[in-house]
Amino acid sequence: MRTETVIDRNLLKGREYRGASRIDGPLVYMRNTHPVGYGELVEIIAPDGSRRQGQVLDTSDDVVCVQVFEGTDGLDLPDTRMHFLGEPLSLSVTEDMLGRVMDGLGHSRDGGADPRGSDDRDVNGSPVNPTSREYPRDFIQTGISVIDGMTTLIQGQKLPIFSGNGLSHNQLAAQIVRQAKVRGGASEFAIVFAAMGVKYDVAKYFTDSFEETGVLDNVALFLSLADDPSIERTITPRTALTLAEHLAFDKGKQVLVIMTDMTNYCESLREISTLRGEIPSRKGYPGYLYSNLAELYERSGKISGRSGSITQLPILTMPNDDISHPIPDLTGYITEGQIVFDRDLGGRGIYPPVNCLSSLSRLMKDGIGEGMTRADHPHLSNQLFASYSHVKDVRNLASVIGEEELSETDNLYMKFGEFFEQRFLNQAFDEDRSIEQTLDLAWEGLSILPAEELQRLTEEEIGEHYKG
Amino acid sequence: MQGRIIGQVKRVNGPVLQVKGITDAAMMELVHVGEGQIVGEIVKLSGSTATVQVYEDATGIAPGDNVYGSGMSLSCELGPGLIGNIYDGIQRPLEELRRLSGDFIGKGISAGAVDEKRLWHFVPVVSVGDTVSRGMVLGEVDETSRVRHRIMVPSSMQGEWTVISVESEGDYDVRHEIAVLEQDGRQKRLDMVQYHPIRVPRPIKDRMNLDVPLITGLRVIDSLFPLAKGGTVAIPGGFGTGKTMTQHSIAQWCDADIIVYIGCGERGNEMTDVLREFPHLVDPRTGKSLMERTILIANTSNMPVSAREASIYTGITMAEYYRDMGYNVAIMADSTSRWAEALRELSGRMEEMPAEEGFPAYLATRIAQFYERAGHVRTLCGEEGSVSIIGAVSPPGGDFSEPVTQHTRRFVRCFWGLDRSLASARHYPAISWLDSYSEYAGELKSWWDDRSQGKWSRNRARIMELLQKETRLQQIVKLVGADALPDSQNFILEVCTLFKNAFLQQNAFDEIDRYCSPEKQIAMMDLILTYYDEGSQAIAQGVPMVKIRRLSVVQEMARMRFNISNDRIEEIDRLALKLHRSMTQLGGLYED
Repeated sequence: MRTETVIDRNLLKGREYRGASRIDGPLVYMRNTHPVGYGELVEIIAPDGSRRQGQVLDTSDDVVCVQVFEGTDGLDLPDTRMHFLGEPLSLSVTEDMLGRVMDGLGHSRDGGADPRGSDDRDVNGSPVNPTSREYPRDFIQTGISVIDGMTTLIQGQKLPIFSGNGLSHNQLAAQIVRQAKVRGGASEFAIVFAAMGVKYDVAKYFTDSFEETGVLDNVALFLSLADDPSIERTITPRTALTLAEHLAFDKGKQVLVIMTDMTNYCESLREISTLRGEIPSRKGYPGYLYSNLAELYERSGKISGRSGSITQLPILTMPNDDISHPIPDLTGYITEGQIVFDRDLGGRGIYPPVNCLSSLSRLMKDGIGEGMTRADHPHLSNQLFASYSHVKDVRNLASVIGEEELSETDNLYMKFGEFFEQRFLNQAFDEDRSIEQTLDLAWEGLSILPAEELQRLTEEEIGEHYKG
Repeated sequence: MQGRIIGQVKRVNGPVLQVKGITDAAMMELVHVGEGQIVGEIVKLSGSTATVQVYEDATGIAPGDNVYGSGMSLSCELGPGLIGNIYDGIQRPLEELRRLSGDFIGKGISAGAVDEKRLWHFVPVVSVGDTVSRGMVLGEVDETSRVRHRIMVPSSMQGEWTVISVESEGDYDVRHEIAVLEQDGRQKRLDMVQYHPIRVPRPIKDRMNLDVPLITGLRVIDSLFPLAKGGTVAIPGGFGTGKTMTQHSIAQWCDADIIVYIGCGERGNEMTDVLREFPHLVDPRTGKSLMERTILIANTSNMPVSAREASIYTGITMAEYYRDMGYNVAIMADSTSRWAEALRELSGRMEEMPAEEGFPAYLATRIAQFYERAGHVRTLCGEEGSVSIIGAVSPPGGDFSEPVTQHTRRFVRCFWGLDRSLASARHYPAISWLDSYSEYAGELKSWWDDRSQGKWSRNRARIMELLQKETRLQQIVKLVGADALPDSQNFILEVCTLFKNAFLQQNAFDEIDRYCSPEKQIAMMDLILTYYDEGSQAIAQGVPMVKIRRLSVVQEMARMRFNISNDRIEEIDRLALKLHRSMTQLGGLYED
């Protein structure tokens, strides 16, 4: 064994191989290569001379399996050529990417030259050492009552929007981008937008909205639209997050990353997994879906000693509005809360149609209260949840015995429910409420109820704010 | 570290490698792969090929890379300096990795688990000529102000040994030779560090009964579903139901001597939260920082999946080590589902035949082996110690019928089921009183009854019965409304609502409410049942229920968890007196 000469891979990298042994969907198999590293970047030259990029998914003595990000259309077995580049897929990061439109691999899509930076980064990133993290606690005011008041967004948080097809998640995301501000903080948000498999008009909606508000120069768009090869979608969020990490941790910017639609990303993963004949777990999704999603979502947060932050707002449409579907389910286990949309509320014309009872912000507890928002905020939001949850019970009861039969207190709960949905939850697409306005509005609503029903609030808080 | 070459990589598929040309290698042997020295473990041997799982990102490993053997199994390094540290799944100290590779974890870096430069004040407890065997104490060092670390004869040393020499009292680093032992002419030089394979339970003398509760300060747990020291419990719950919050609360306030907190495949920020918060929190019993009794293992969801699989074993091995010194150790595993999923992912990569939902057929065996490492034991050095396991389970879709929850249920004796509707109403801890159970309640009865003049077990049974009744009544209310019930039944609903708000709910962020002493729990439960008894009596006398619930003392009871601190329990007696007076007064008004 020891006498066997070790082949120096560095001398062989870049060597060209011609002729694939098998092409299956986005996967190309190549035989008899030099030892190729797992995860290595591959350059593929199609018979027509066009160049594509790929990555090694499986490597062994006799065959290497490569996934081609741009798809395998037009490749043939004898004339496909490959270079194994001996390094992982990387992105050349630069601040110049802000204001540009790119594809999932970071190549120009707007007719300009490819943005080139001096620093090449592995798009897979590396896990942040937990001891280096700084616990996020800076409140982001979105100007949206239900979010600020009840599922507060914190700088460095990952807070996904669980929506359904046809609901107004895009509007909400655009509104957050427009209105988000850190109180007392001067620095603007830089926005990194990753679109996976979304339709052209959805992407256009976002670009138009960014343009209208004049933030377009501060947005980097990575578009991999519905008609682009599905395999490209698996790399798009990684490219986007690589840039986000550069902007946040090297350049000290506050970065807001919007990723839409995570469902399409997971579909692409399933597609590749099935093609490779892997053993599926739930609903045909690969067993590593959790780890894979975690590799994306965990690339958010703050690092101590560095001024920037990455806040993620992934959007996913729940297949068939089912929150227990593997995609929203696994996402919810990784992210720090979720904003859940409700088709009923949406149908009643309430915007944003947020089902606040299933929504949650895990980082809220440390970002609200005295010195951050207002002293009564923690108990107040707790009370809103408790009271609105009781409204649901009362409504169920009313649908059985009729509203006339309800007790006096229950009738007040019905009134509170109405106020909560129509006045507190509901707001205009361009309405920007300050946190004080939001909290005062909540007190106005709770004042409909008798003071003794407000058990989550202290007597002092009731004395100060209750208007009943 | 260039060990002997045991083979070459044949195929790389994620974290699972096939290695060919194997000459000598053992199952579960620790190996290093390639020039990057990526850490791995042999999990399968077949002829001249082996399957290796690697604990770091496999990117860059290529066929033909050398695999180096180490001659030992994946082991934990055990010695003074573990407490207060934070490790990854294979016991690499994360603070040290940060110094070596910056804010992002690089590849192929290694560092010893205990600081080899730090000096400890060693006090020998054996003398030359003494006979010792494994697990016996050679000397002691004060690891933190509350943990006296006992340096024991390593678990690998079978039989009886004679002490040839022992170091005198003084300050030494962990690599300093502290004793020389001899057996049949063979000499063994010992320092303060020993190694123990993580997948093998540490030896004990015998197992003891579980009759002392692990006090957590959470009322719903201690009073209704208690856990014994040395017991096992599962906390299943969908996302957002508060598993992690419950685990944090227990880690902060429970009366164990040592806490091992394993963040297994969970969020990075949560570990940061623990890391930043614990040093500032003060243990109510000792007045010392909580970090002085805590070991953290952070293998967050984006760190390599095989290290996630190992993290559970790393944690329990360290827990057993401290148990062997005679400590009560509690280990929180958050979450065991992520560990099971790591097993599934690795099994899939090894192309094993799956059983339920893609999980390997040996899932149940592995879960059982893990939970069986808990227990209340007599250690080899004659001390009493315990390891209690508190395992969170994250069932997909919150569905408790999935394999991990079901198998876990078979091997734990206590079950704290988290309920989504409680969590939605922000009723925390969202432990369902209908789904949960504790088989330890019987064994712990005498401990509690000794402290409550026999009231605890009686009150517990009564309140459980009331809660069951309430559930049935709620079904009627759903159909006909609460007004249709007679006051006597309505009062049951009223008492249960009070019980839920004032007793079962607990605010983890409130200075007073976050920890409730056993004495306060006993008094609170007794007061609420007194309220039920006296109220029922008054209603029988014709007092309308509305009048009872409007009593100011009832409002005070609703807030007693915030207003009455653990050291002023007599306030509760005062409330009881006030309640009695108000009720008598009310009764008097309606007497006729």
